[in-house]
Amino acid sequence: MDVVIVGAGIVGAATARSLSRRGINVTVVERGRAVSGTSSSGEGNLLLSDKGPGSELLLAQYASDLWPTVTAELADELGPAFPSIEFDRKGGLVVSTTVDGAAPLLAFAMSQREAGVDARAIDPADAFALEPDLNPAITAAVYYPEDAQVQPVIATEALLASARLSGTRVILDSPITGGIVNTDGALVGVRIGEREVRADAVIVAAGPWSGEVSALLGANLPVRPRRGMILVTTRMAHRIFHKVYDADYVGAVGSSDAALQTSSVVESTEAGTVLIGSSRQQIGFDSRLQVEVLRELAAKALRLFPFLTTASVMRTYGGFRPFMPDHLPVIGQDPRLPGLWHATGHEGAGIGLSLATGDLLADLLLGTETAVDADPFSPARSSLAAHLSPVATSGAAF
Amino acid sequence: MAARRIPADRDPIRPTSDEPITVMVDGTPVAGVRGQTIAGVLLGSGTLAWRITSAGQKPRGVFCGIGVCFDCLIVVDGQRDVRACQRRAVDGAVVETQHDPLPGAHND
Repeated sequence: MDVVIVGAGIVGAATARSLSRRGINVTVVERGRAVSGTSSSGEGNLLLSDKGPGSELLLAQYASDLWPTVTAELADELGPAFPSIEFDRKGGLVVSTTVDGAAPLLAFAMSQREAGVDARAIDPADAFALEPDLNPAITAAVYYPEDAQVQPVIATEALLASARLSGTRVILDSPITGGIVNTDGALVGVRIGEREVRADAVIVAAGPWSGEVSALLGANLPVRPRRGMILVTTRMAHRIFHKVYDADYVGAVGSSDAALQTSSVVESTEAGTVLIGSSRQQIGFDSRLQVEVLRELAAKALRLFPFLTTASVMRTYGGFRPFMPDHLPVIGQDPRLPGLWHATGHEGAGIGLSLATGDLLADLLLGTETAVDADPFSPARSSLAAHLSPVATSGAAF
Repeated sequence: MAARRIPADRDPIRPTSDEPITVMVDGTPVAGVRGQTIAGVLLGSGTLAWRITSAGQKPRGVFCGIGVCFDCLIVVDGQRDVRACQRRAVDGAVVETQHDPLPGAHND
């Protein structure tokens, strides 16, 4: 079986690795450089803490089990010369900063516990043992020992390098210009200008650009960019030891509001900088600096860690999450165009979910049993039906 | 690279006479002229590096010189993380070189 994957971000890289290790001939086609989009624009979060019971949590739990194994496999395959992907199960601490916020946080944690998440409601006093510099005004705290992170750029490069060792071919700097549709109306490859790459299946893993790519191949997909920005402080001795975030973050992740939303997410990196997020906005692919967003991030971070008031901000960065209107990733075969597959729409969770996405696609393509139920992620699910336009059955357009 | 300062009377941008200032760098007086940045004073005194990297222990001084790279960080009058290339030197300023060892492993 030959498969083309469009996109060399972490989802494309993880999928290439999963498929090629199962004997599929994989070609990754990337319009620019590897890891040049969303995968290099975030914090590398592998979170269970922000997910309520449901299919995305099951996928995240599956991914959470895979990461330690894959981390060891990558180190073994790529050797000591390849940098570490910095997998770190540092744990998450979610706190409520308002009186009204305490009960919803604790109720949410209880629902997660019933779904198998290690979500420990702890006394504020115990929260200060975990994070001594936390604002003493917090009203509730939940500790999530399973939350983890990786360095997403290195992780993507490592997954791609591993995929190459299993036979994956990577074609960079090559925007696809269209699809190849056979007389039966099936998608059987992609065009890169004059060049053709034939395949039994084409998987679109282009993150927030997947809508454009999918449309180019003949079928629309309602994935939209949701912008986020992060502040980076200068380096300091570690004073923040977990991923610490405000409980209102869960609401921001789950909302569909296009207007600016900010919610405090603060953590240290190994080198000693502190990353301050998070923001969500739907403003297309507008990447201009917006000082009012940065101001809100800074102000809210002080609610968690007042000592940051004297911290120096060194830079900002950000990018675009692939947002889906029904808040679920799209993983599987397009019901309208045979040969077209999707692996996108993970919003802010794509780094963590990438490994599970790749494994799921390998099972779906080969017809083997999936580790988690794949139906909720299918492009054919009912919650997407209203967003999918019919596809012309003739291949003549291409 | 050798640092050199244009004599004030030949400076096409600001042809005035030099007004000497002194800043203390790690307890040692270093002479400069009013108008220079901290980095300018240091470079003018022949110092090219005033920081070492945490991981590789490599020397660092001015890299971009325009406030973007944060390689020239230094402590000025007790305030750390000051970009030497962006801070105007003031007579009597107390400057200390800044070194941040790699933070230790986190505590849980």
